[in-house]
Amino acid sequence: MARALIHMPAIAKRGEIIEIRALIGHPMETGYRVGADGKLLARDIIRSFACRYNGEQIFGAELHQAISANPYIAFFTIATESGTLEFSWQGDNGFAHTEKTTITVSTA
Amino acid sequence: MKLAAFLMIAASALAADERRSGADFMSPATQAMQRDDAQNPAMLWISGGEAQWSTPAGSSGKSCASCHGDARDSMRGVAARFPAFHQGRTVNLNQRINICREQKQQAKPLPVESEELLGLEAYVAMQSRGMPVTPSQDAGTQASAARGQQLYFQRIGQLNLSCAQCHDQQAGKRLAGSTIPQAHASAYPIYRLEWQGMGSLQRRLRNCMSGVRAELPAFGAQELVELEAWLAVRDQGMKIETPGVRP
Repeated sequence: MARALIHMPAIAKRGEIIEIRALIGHPMETGYRVGADGKLLARDIIRSFACRYNGEQIFGAELHQAISANPYIAFFTIATESGTLEFSWQGDNGFAHTEKTTITVSTA
Repeated sequence: MKLAAFLMIAASALAADERRSGADFMSPATQAMQRDDAQNPAMLWISGGEAQWSTPAGSSGKSCASCHGDARDSMRGVAARFPAFHQGRTVNLNQRINICREQKQQAKPLPVESEELLGLEAYVAMQSRGMPVTPSQDAGTQASAARGQQLYFQRIGQLNLSCAQCHDQQAGKRLAGSTIPQAHASAYPIYRLEWQGMGSLQRRLRNCMSGVRAELPAFGAQELVELEAWLAVRDQGMKIETPGVRP
């Protein structure tokens, strides 16, 4: 089950720098650990994260094995116009999760 | 003996309270993670618990909200007085939730340490955040707390250690790479970085017990609940921190 939490301001002034925080529930199994039966646990990690602001990618990250479970990613962007931010995570075993939030940007 | 302990706690509260939450021993980064709900990974579980609160379950077709309404009002302060005496035995908060599920919702109890039960417990407990721990004063809970106190001071396991030998006598010193905290339990259920997930107070107690190579009581065992009841007395007046983050 994928669960994600996005924290960012719902309204901003044009040109304002806003912080965006994205947290997602994922085991991030490294593929290096062994289970109780002594066999290697298959790797199951998120491989990439991207944030699109009205369709344009403004932030992207590649994730690797050393990143802990439930990865938390924080970044900044400039509020340019009202619209939708789309966050997408993709990973092993066809894992894909998308969240959308809206932002209202005032001209003042 | 119990009275003496109460007096001791009352006296130490009057003097400068030397009790310190486990959070005080953590790194600033981990403290920030607990302080900020946007960073705290436990909020993933809690958002699940919040959704469950108003989702009907079992053959009664009732949700928690059908009887209890808005958890932000009805559950405020509830976690602060648990464990509590109910139907002839002392139960902790997650056992109480499952009693409600079985008897009122007529649903299957949620499995111990499951995402659902931890989420619901943490959601309920979070409503008491910032409130002081106020252990139940009825005879049943007090008797459990007294037995829990005995267990706290009783040596167990192949290493022959009691809880008190580390958490009272050696608190603040180091055990390998980690600082030994004073064993205050007001932040549970916690997100523990070592577990990469959430766990209950009983999971943490069993952790320590396996550390001293003692026989592990099953989840929900009466002695674990009794220890929880004693810890609540010991923590009286400390602030609820749920959802806590611990290293």
